[in-house]
Amino acid sequence: MNISELTISQLRSAYTAGDITPVEALRALAGEIDARDPGIGAYLSYDLDRALVDAQSADLSQPLGGIPILLKDLISAKGHPLSCASKFLENTYTAPYDATVVRKLREAGAIPFGRANMDEFAMGSTNENSAIKLCRNPHDLERVPGGSSGGSAAAVAANLAIASLGSDTGGSIRQPASHCGVVGLKPSYGRVSRYGLAAFASSLDQCGPITKTVADTARLLEVIAGGCDYDSTCISTPVPRYSEEIGKDITGLRIGLPTEYFAEGLDPAIRERIESAMKTMESLGATIIPVSLPHTEYVVAIYYIIATAEASSNLARIDGVRYGRRAEASDLTELYEKSRGEGFGSEVKRRILFGTHVLSSGYYDAYYLRAQKARTLIRQDFESAFSRVDLIAAPVSPTPPVKIGEAEADPLRMYLADIYTISANLTGICALSVPCGTVSVEGKPLPVGLQLLGKPFGEVELLRAAHAYEQARG
Amino acid sequence: MDIRHIARLARIELNSEEILRYQTQIDQLIQYVEKLTELDLDDIHPTSHAVEIFDVMRPDEARDGALSLEEVLMNSPSVTQEQFRLPKVVE
Repeated sequence: MNISELTISQLRSAYTAGDITPVEALRALAGEIDARDPGIGAYLSYDLDRALVDAQSADLSQPLGGIPILLKDLISAKGHPLSCASKFLENTYTAPYDATVVRKLREAGAIPFGRANMDEFAMGSTNENSAIKLCRNPHDLERVPGGSSGGSAAAVAANLAIASLGSDTGGSIRQPASHCGVVGLKPSYGRVSRYGLAAFASSLDQCGPITKTVADTARLLEVIAGGCDYDSTCISTPVPRYSEEIGKDITGLRIGLPTEYFAEGLDPAIRERIESAMKTMESLGATIIPVSLPHTEYVVAIYYIIATAEASSNLARIDGVRYGRRAEASDLTELYEKSRGEGFGSEVKRRILFGTHVLSSGYYDAYYLRAQKARTLIRQDFESAFSRVDLIAAPVSPTPPVKIGEAEADPLRMYLADIYTISANLTGICALSVPCGTVSVEGKPLPVGLQLLGKPFGEVELLRAAHAYEQARG
Repeated sequence: MDIRHIARLARIELNSEEILRYQTQIDQLIQYVEKLTELDLDDIHPTSHAVEIFDVMRPDEARDGALSLEEVLMNSPSVTQEQFRLPKVVE
């Protein structure tokens, strides 16, 4: 039995049957990481000794008893390093407290194990903005794993992790999950606490699972979801038993296909995979209905104004005073400017600069307020579509993963590739990526994800449809 | 848009190569987002959050689990007398 290939459900069964103990599982997993991760780069670090202490006292009766969970390197776990894959925080920051999601994982018996590579401060869609090291796609080492949760998705895909938690501000869970051929869920805004996650854009960020199966995503979500005293945007609506709900059939489900998503720009081979997945859905009793999201062409502009504006504000605290690297300086302004100039990578600087411009005196109404108003139109598009259908189906990314080095020359082109994922963040709805086959690029099969989008707090219907598809797909 | 002015507001020191590059790239982004001027947004209410949540209040009482002074200071690059140490601010 190769432990690292197991799902959460399978590892639980192996523990229950007495085939293996959590201590043995962690040692085996660490051995796999040491042997194979140098060729992939999914892990920034792990602490086996600390995890073994947790493993020795693991309560296997708990829902995630003894299960190691890899954390994206922006999720605080007390005593663990946290760098956001930035030179600013690398080797200088240790989390002094647990994020709410980590506290909930621990209470459910899970063991936080490993820090996943990512784009610096979650800004990017290729993982190439990691200031610490490159992360490769396990399906083709010349290609990117996607981002920003690239390390999480690559580790799960390469069987170097059982499951992981990532974060999604504009597609950062779903897009790497699609590129790496694993399952990734962005929960509805307010479903999961953001307390203890290094914030990128506070009105868009959500934390969610990246796993090998939809059932594992359901199991993780029911542990991490729920209200939080430390995040006032987190809603205390009761958490359904997702893992028990997913098995029901989907006869009569209405799935909308947005006409605008299947226009120019979408790779024909990906389009064919999505259409084939819709045939599978029909065979399961679902009805496919065309819908319109008329303002789709504006979502990238809206998103990059709002996300960078919020980021420029959130990242003001990264200043070399309370944490992080500090440059030599003779006065306070110089200390800020030099520390930030030396500490941030180029994409982070670009986004902070753009966000600062759109919020600057005289420009607020022209950019930020206009984007917030246009955001209302996107919400109305989805409300209108969801009055006719239960779920929406879409691609995740218009293209397969690009080759390492291809994206950096043209930032705008890279931003435009987020077109199918960012609406879920702007509107706060839930959405996931589930593998729907491969496309052949230069003779190599590369994974493609099917995106399903659900109503706010509609995770039960979303996971049920994804699970039914996953079972039928084989 | 003057990139030097924006960089000063953002408190980020840029070298001469970065000034040239960001001036061009951010001008391009600005040009791109001008797309939004095509929309008639006069009577549209802005959305600041996906979920309409109003002020969440709680009693103003200290809670258990607050960080200790040591934990608060432990990540700072410079600490003295249980405080963050900085260059002189007031002349």
